[in-house]
Amino acid sequence: MASAAETIKHQAPEDAASVVVRFAGDSGDGMQLTGGQFTLSTALAGNDLATFPDFPAEIRAPQGTLFGVSAFQIHFGSHAIRTAGDAPDVLVAMNPAALKTNVGDLREGGLIIADSGAFSARNLSKAGYDENPLEDGSLAKWQLLSLDMSEMTLESVKPFGLGNKEALRSKNMWTLGLALWMFDRDRQPIVDWLHAKFAKKPEIAEANIAALNAGHAYGETAELGYAFQPRHVEAAPAEPGLYRTVTGAEAISLGLLAGAKLAGLPMFFGGYPITPASAILHHLSRLKQFGVTTFQAEDEIAAIGAAIGASYAGSLGVTSSSGPGIALKGEALGLAIMTELPLVVVNSQRGGPSTGLPTKTEQSDLYQAVYGRNGDAPMPVIAVRSPSDAFECAIEAVRIATRFMTPVMLLTDGYIANAAEPWKMPDVSSFEPFPVSYYDQAPQEGEQFNPYARDEKLARPWVKPGTPGLMHRIGGIEKGSDSGNIDYSPSNHQEMTDLRAQKIMNVADDIPEQDVALGEAGETLAVVGWGSTYGPIQQAVARARAKGLSVAQIHLRNIWPMPRNLGELLKSYDKILVPEMNKGQLKTVLRDLYLVDAQPLNKVSGQPFRIAEIEAAIEEQLDG
Amino acid sequence: MNDMTPIETTLKDWETDQEVRWCPGCGDYAILKAVQRTMPQLGADPANTVFVSGIGCSSRFPYYMETYGFHTIHGRAPTVATGVKLANPELDVWLVTGDGDGLSIGGNHMLHLLRRNLDCQVLLFNNEIYGLTKGQYSPTSRPGTRSPSTPFGSVDRPVNPCSFALGSGARFVARGIDVNKKLTDAFKAAYAHKGTAFVEIFQNCIVYNEDVFSDFTDKKTSADTQLWVEHGEPLLFAGGTKGIAMDPELFGARVVDVVDGDWEAAGVLRHDQTNRALANMLVEMPFGEYPMALGVIYDDPRPTFDGAVVEQNAAASEGKSDDLQALIEHGQTWTVEG
Repeated sequence: MASAAETIKHQAPEDAASVVVRFAGDSGDGMQLTGGQFTLSTALAGNDLATFPDFPAEIRAPQGTLFGVSAFQIHFGSHAIRTAGDAPDVLVAMNPAALKTNVGDLREGGLIIADSGAFSARNLSKAGYDENPLEDGSLAKWQLLSLDMSEMTLESVKPFGLGNKEALRSKNMWTLGLALWMFDRDRQPIVDWLHAKFAKKPEIAEANIAALNAGHAYGETAELGYAFQPRHVEAAPAEPGLYRTVTGAEAISLGLLAGAKLAGLPMFFGGYPITPASAILHHLSRLKQFGVTTFQAEDEIAAIGAAIGASYAGSLGVTSSSGPGIALKGEALGLAIMTELPLVVVNSQRGGPSTGLPTKTEQSDLYQAVYGRNGDAPMPVIAVRSPSDAFECAIEAVRIATRFMTPVMLLTDGYIANAAEPWKMPDVSSFEPFPVSYYDQAPQEGEQFNPYARDEKLARPWVKPGTPGLMHRIGGIEKGSDSGNIDYSPSNHQEMTDLRAQKIMNVADDIPEQDVALGEAGETLAVVGWGSTYGPIQQAVARARAKGLSVAQIHLRNIWPMPRNLGELLKSYDKILVPEMNKGQLKTVLRDLYLVDAQPLNKVSGQPFRIAEIEAAIEEQLDG
Repeated sequence: MNDMTPIETTLKDWETDQEVRWCPGCGDYAILKAVQRTMPQLGADPANTVFVSGIGCSSRFPYYMETYGFHTIHGRAPTVATGVKLANPELDVWLVTGDGDGLSIGGNHMLHLLRRNLDCQVLLFNNEIYGLTKGQYSPTSRPGTRSPSTPFGSVDRPVNPCSFALGSGARFVARGIDVNKKLTDAFKAAYAHKGTAFVEIFQNCIVYNEDVFSDFTDKKTSADTQLWVEHGEPLLFAGGTKGIAMDPELFGARVVDVVDGDWEAAGVLRHDQTNRALANMLVEMPFGEYPMALGVIYDDPRPTFDGAVVEQNAAASEGKSDDLQALIEHGQTWTVEG
């Protein structure tokens, strides 16, 4: 073990009241499970937190390989936590590959806990190590706690008579036990969870609990030295209320249910399996008692086609996918725009183009959402900024879709979908209901019903098939504005195209004005973002402001149309910086709409922004 | 179909005020009239009826029916119809498509519609050509079809719509001819069938593929070329002088001569519309050597997809609370004191 007590004094975390821990191991080591349970114990301890699960696209990647490493990062603390953390303070590495791929991120002086039992010659060679890094001094700038966790796990579960392979599966619980000791956490919720999870296999539950307790006991009894004393992170001050942890996928599912309830509509959800969007289909499939019909279609096109058919028949049609699937749905989106039917389309963005990076995050589908259809085909676009924000955004998407008779794109991303954060649970009854009424007034003798008649917001009536006297035909072919009959005439197409565009622009009158998330209007620099970059941008702006820099944060929820006051607000700043996990899509839209000199800060590595990256860009802007 | 109280209507009640815009002499006119003639006989309710179509000449159909109608996008009518029916299983859903729409661009959806057995009627207008895009060969065109995109003749083998349907798990397959009066019988049987009822209609495209079916639609020779099947009746044609027997060596059909009307002696089979093997044999008979099998070839209902979805939704909801607030607060929670 390298003695690094000296280093730690000089390399203390910038923020002693918060800690970043990363669990990394082989795909089969159960790191996501360990991380999930550590998250739960953190939440129950009252800390604020943010997580970042990062796993390979392969289901069972070959053991011990670099590309098979699965990691889970959690940032928790006694104050508001906005990101999953830049550099981990603690890295738990279950094998050489996990060490190799993650140790570079660890802050200097940070702690490595490694399972020396997994550092066999074979595993070392798979990870590309010539020498054992646990022994050759190459990890000297960090603290190293090298333990044979494999052996100690096997020892702890011996009484249960499991095979070697089965017994080693409890290694993650041994690790979790040690982590719980390190951060002074209660083991009981994990014990309860193990009992529930393995209710049908009590011997497995008991083995896991034994491993958990053994890991914890090891921390208590082994003399690990001063650097390894348990740390108690105080509970973060939080708004009073009832909390739970929530992932973006869960919050979107719950928000859609709430939206349907507020609209008074049954929901029809058409989906097709795709990472990272499938979680929403899975959640809703279990909730039929809330008036949801879920349909796993034969492809992405069928999923949206069925959702459109359901909307036509009077349900709230919803479909969900990721970029490649949204591309397939493009023509059908045009149909929903043309027939002016309500529809919510959730895009859980991932790295692209094509198959891209299925399990990694990116926010590169903004152009696709705003512009990605044939013809002049506008639709409202809303972007989710965090797991807990997803609930409200989903409700807002349903509200706009039904009020304006239009498809609405709800953008989230792989990071938000999988990440968990504490959620002050909303009171559904505090949301203003927006009940939908179907049109059912049959025309008088001699009059004709026009399905494209419009209300003051330019929305058309919604008539359910089955309503007597209102039989009518709709379709993707251009319809006369005054009759709903097929009409190719030049003046009518001009009028209908203008009406469709104006209807969507009218949404801007129905949404809140853009606020400034941090700082004031009229400062020197505005950092403008959207989606899951909210956390790192907020932290970076907060740090810059603490240094006395004149910088503000503006974070957009409504991507299309944009809030009425946005242009004026942006022009109140001397400079505009737009950090995005793409090559500059919002930046281009802002330049186009407002003729402002928005400067890009782009990252497309499949990883979220680090606070420091944005902070550096802010300083560069203000130096210049 | 649905178990609704029959409604009294006349043919006029099913016509819209829209000018019908198919080419003069197009077979579609006859099919439209046949549908409009059938609807009053079914006791169907125009307000409870939805026609869903894709893209192509046939897909203009909904505009001419005084019902609810949805003219969707190319090939995707089965998907929209699925959503309509699942959202409101009380509706009568009819799907109108063509050989290009239903078997080429929309072939995948057709397969899944049939295997799921959504309760609806599928009217597939087969004219072996792309009409609306001006005459390219289609997936049902015979090899050697010359068209703007195959000036030297097509070289790929066509799909047989009814074989495709049976292979996809269809529980109802019928065939008719646009101008033949018996088409309404097929529609009635299709409507009475609970599940996806697949009706292939040979439709004459007078502009791009005129008389492509005349080998068996020509009235002068139709007695010898058409085999109208009827449940429980012997498979006879050519005025009862010929019939279809089972050839055990071929594992298939054989045309046999019937002497003095003694079809049983000739080994002619009785049509059994619930016999899947027989249905496969009848739709696969190569025309020329065999007559064209027409009428209700297969009709053997199974539980429907929409029925199963409704049932599972109810069963899965049984005894469960629909309290959304409770769902939100479900799981491990903690309270932050004020």
